[in-house]
Formats: sequence, C-alpha cells, structure tokens
Amino acid sequence: MRARVFVTLKPSVFDPQGRTIADALHSLGYGAVEDVRQGKYFELDLATTEAPKARALAAEVADKLLANPVIESYRIEVD
Amino acid sequence: MKFGIVVFPGSNCDEDAYHAAKDVIGQQAEYIWHKDTDLKGVDVVILPGGFAHGDYLRTGAMARFSPIMREVRAFADRGGPVLGICNGFQILLEAGLLPGAMLRNRGLKYRCEHVHLRIEQIDTPFTCAGRVGQVLRIPIGHGEGNYFAPPEMLERIEANRQVVLRYTSADGKLDDAANPNGSVNAIAGLCNETRNVVGMMPHPERACETLLGGTDGRVILESVMEAVNMSQERRRENAALQSAR
Repeated sequence: MRARVFVTLKPSVFDPQGRTIADALHSLGYGAVEDVRQGKYFELDLATTEAPKARALAAEVADKLLANPVIESYRIEVD
Repeated sequence: MKFGIVVFPGSNCDEDAYHAAKDVIGQQAEYIWHKDTDLKGVDVVILPGGFAHGDYLRTGAMARFSPIMREVRAFADRGGPVLGICNGFQILLEAGLLPGAMLRNRGLKYRCEHVHLRIEQIDTPFTCAGRVGQVLRIPIGHGEGNYFAPPEMLERIEANRQVVLRYTSADGKLDDAANPNGSVNAIAGLCNETRNVVGMMPHPERACETLLGGTDGRVILESVMEAVNMSQERRRENAALQSAR
C-alpha cells in the first residue's frame, strides 16, 4: 500500500516561509489567498495490504522521524 | 586534557574547533569520525558547525543516527561535558539531548555577522570561567537559528535556569533589534537539566584570536578546561583519601 504523509508546522508555530509566500501572492493580486502554510510531503511504499496497518506504520515513522513533534504536526492518507 | 571533535559528512567548522583547542589554547585535540564507536578517551566532546548529512529532512535530523551519537549520549549521561556549536546545537536538539527545536530565521535570511551575547549562567562546564552578565562579541552564521520551545517547555527551561546565553545589545540589554533570528526569549545558548550538555548558535571557536576579530570566545573553551581540571583534581583527591583510609 501507499501512505502519503503531509507534515506542516503546528498552527501555534509561526511559519515565515508560508507568510512570505502569502505576501508574494498578494502582490500578484491574489488577495483571496488569506494565508499559506508551507510543509513537506512524503510518499511511503509499504509492504502491507491492510489499511489500518499501513496507517499505523506511517504514523509511527512520522512520529519517530518525518516530523519533529516539538514544532510540526502531520496528516496521513492511505490507499 | 583532550578535546574530541566529531566529524559528520558535511561538518565544516571541525577544523576551526580543532585549531582553537590545539593551537590557541594548547590542548590535545582529536577528530572523531561519525561512524566511529569509540570516543578515544576524550575529556570533552564538541559537535561542530556545518551541514551534517546535508541537513536533509531537518537541520541535525539525520546526524542523530550516526553511530558515534550513541557514545556521545552515553558520555553525556555519565556527566561528560558536551558542546554543540551551531549545527551541533541543532543536532543536540534533534537527538533529544537538549529541549526544543529550531525554525528558519525570522526574516528568512542567512545571518553571518558578529552578535552580542550575555552570559546568564556560570554553573555549566562551558561558562564557569565567565561572569554572570558578561557580554561576549562572537560571530554567528546560520539560516535556522530561530530557537523555539512551546510555552510549557519554555517555562520549565527558564525555571530550571537552563538558558545559558541570550542575544543582547552591546551593553547587555535585551533588545529585539539585537536578536538576529527571532529566537524565543532571545535564547542563544541552552543547557540540559544536568547542565553538562550545552548548545549555542554563535561560534566561540571563531572568536579566539585577535587576528580574527576578537577573543571573546575563548572563555567558553577556557571554562571547560577549568571544569575538567577541577573534576580530575577532585577525582585524584578522592582516590588519595580512599587509599589513606
């Protein structure tokens, strides 16, 4: 199965890159883009065919390595 | 005494640290490759600046998997003095040897300049030769030195007096304009709860010679010499007492 892991800074942590991108979009005339959060995206190929197992494994590696729990949170999609 | 300087692929301040330890303050120094599994009997471990493992994923994130880090952790657990400078500080954070994390600099720029630091605590092996309130002028060079800790963690760090160095103005006053990267509470250097592990973003090893613009960084290296010599002396006295019994 494949798991997709999206890592972003926690809402409570200021994201200077996201802010700068939002400002750039505003200067391009996209005032409707209210805010931007920049993050990281990982695709994991997993040796399992069971979605719950895939999800649990992806969460474990996200906790251990892909995200830094002090500043980042993550979201997982499995298919 | 002997300094051990850990070399990761991508370290680039290892030679500066080696030079400062060996040629400037006249101590023994030894490089330790990150794949080594032996600290070669050194008295102090320095994790130098640079871009260990290319800073892949996050700064310092991959270095904690280097084999030598198991030995560094065991050395720290035994009370051995460990100093992380710049990227070394980031490695200590990712390895969980110090609390918190680094973010991109406020303003997103790589900052390379001299800054002023105030010594906040002198009961660490890397500041014991200094004075509380002493202001040091030391260079920085980093893009991710914006120290962050969530509020509860920050409260604990402050309550435990773990903030060792803060960015200040030249006269030692807290001033947001003197904070080069947006670090919370102007934190430039930090120790662990047992105070033997210290991380700092500024580079004391680059401020040890007048020729290079100043000698304020020497107090960090001289402190650890004093700390190691004192603990060796104490060990000798204790051994003498023991055998006299």
